Amino acid sequence: MRPVELAVVFLLIVPASAAAEPGASDRQALRHLVLQDCGSCHGMTLKGGLGGPLLPGALEGKDADALAEVILHGIEGTPMPGWKGLLSPSEARWIAAELKKGSFVE
Amino acid sequence: MNARNASIGALLLALAVVIAGAATARAGEMRGTGDLGIVVQRASGAVCIVDTTSRRSLGCVEGLGDLSHASAVFSRDQRFAYVFGRDGGLTKVDLLEQKIAARIVQSGNAIGGAISDDGELIAVSNYEPGGVKVFDAEDLSPVADIPATYGCQETRSKVVGLVDAPGRRFVFSLYDAGEIWIADFSGSGEPSVTKLDGAGELPYDALITGDGRHYIAGLFGEDGLAHVDLWDEEPAIRRILDGYGRGERKLPVYKMPHLEGWALASDRFLLPAVGRHELLVVDARSFEEIGRIATHGQPIFAVARPDGRQVWVNFAHPLNDTIQVVDTRTLEVIHEFKPGPAVLHMEFTPRGHEVWVSVRDAGRVEVYDTRTFEKLRELPMQKPSGIFFTARANKIGL
Repeated sequence: MRPVELAVVFLLIVPASAAAEPGASDRQALRHLVLQDCGSCHGMTLKGGLGGPLLPGALEGKDADALAEVILHGIEGTPMPGWKGLLSPSEARWIAAELKKGSFVE
Repeated sequence: MNARNASIGALLLALAVVIAGAATARAGEMRGTGDLGIVVQRASGAVCIVDTTSRRSLGCVEGLGDLSHASAVFSRDQRFAYVFGRDGGLTKVDLLEQKIAARIVQSGNAIGGAISDDGELIAVSNYEPGGVKVFDAEDLSPVADIPATYGCQETRSKVVGLVDAPGRRFVFSLYDAGEIWIADFSGSGEPSVTKLDGAGELPYDALITGDGRHYIAGLFGEDGLAHVDLWDEEPAIRRILDGYGRGERKLPVYKMPHLEGWALASDRFLLPAVGRHELLVVDARSFEEIGRIATHGQPIFAVARPDGRQVWVNFAHPLNDTIQVVDTRTLEVIHEFKPGPAVLHMEFTPRGHEVWVSVRDAGRVEVYDTRTFEKLRELPMQKPSGIFFTARANKIGL
């Protein structure tokens, strides 16, 4: 990927203000990423696959901030990669909170 | 019977033939299935039946459940596709009638399957509960259940890399246990299961060579692969390509590579490296690494054109808008192009003159000439993923 295209991808995914909640279009892109890309291991319905389930019941008792850390840094010794190259901390926190609410799947 | 009655009789007969024809085949004509295939439409839980000669979709069959990561095998007569869904669904689809011939939900969470060499058995690889279940290909009634228990015999492992092998056998890998099992259904009654220990850390997928001899499992937990020679009297696991990336820092892997559809090109084969933007080039006799090819991203599929002269490669998120084509004689990338966002799968026509490519986020399948790289066709589809052609019916391991 050329630098210009890389920049476009980051503009699409990373919100301008990294501290704030993602805006509507960013949320749409993040929702797509969770279902399609997290979904390739955790299942498109997030019921689990090679990776464990990501539905609210499975995440009960797990702190959203801790989940965000897992999203950003991965889990050593497992296929779970760190997504910090593609996601900002606030995006990871937003994904973690929404996963706990179960708002990605019907 | 006089002449008038005879002609009325002939007319009625012709009418009956037309009515019967309309009822059994939508096309209203007799046809073979050798140039047909299916495209998985993940979003709608459907498979679309495609004709690779006219390059069009003939129609879609819905009601197949959660088709994320779905795959398919075909009956020996190439009339039926067996579609394996992520939700444990196993659906037998009639390609001519364009309808579901049989369907069961056989587990909570599954990852593909295989058909025995005689076409009688369908095996499904399950994550939850971990193991392999085997069904009668005719009506999908249960034949055998092989729980993937290991260690204290209470834990069950997820099963990956399930393939068929000659002699009514299935071979598969236990992701959590690091074992490779061979289930032999050639006798009557319960299958005999040979369990091989010591495959290595986290086998994530596997392949079998087209001659049914070599089973090779990729490892996620370490740099190396596990190899079993199925021609041996007593098959054993041999590690190959140990430490192929020793000392190098791995890149994050945003999507697991696939080994099925691996690329055997003459006397060498090409495999996706894990955590590296590279293909490994391996000598097909000694199984030693003889080179590497730098690629655009983390390879997901490296698929040889049936003649072996080219290998087509797609990539993991976020570099998944691109395909590279490698010339297997020079090991150089000879062509690179961007079909669009999320190129998920590639399937060649049986002799490789054309290739079908699913471009998920663009909502279409594209057909290319593999010699000129010219785009021949775009077919609109809803979130297309896997593409499977009926010629797979005649190939070991597919």
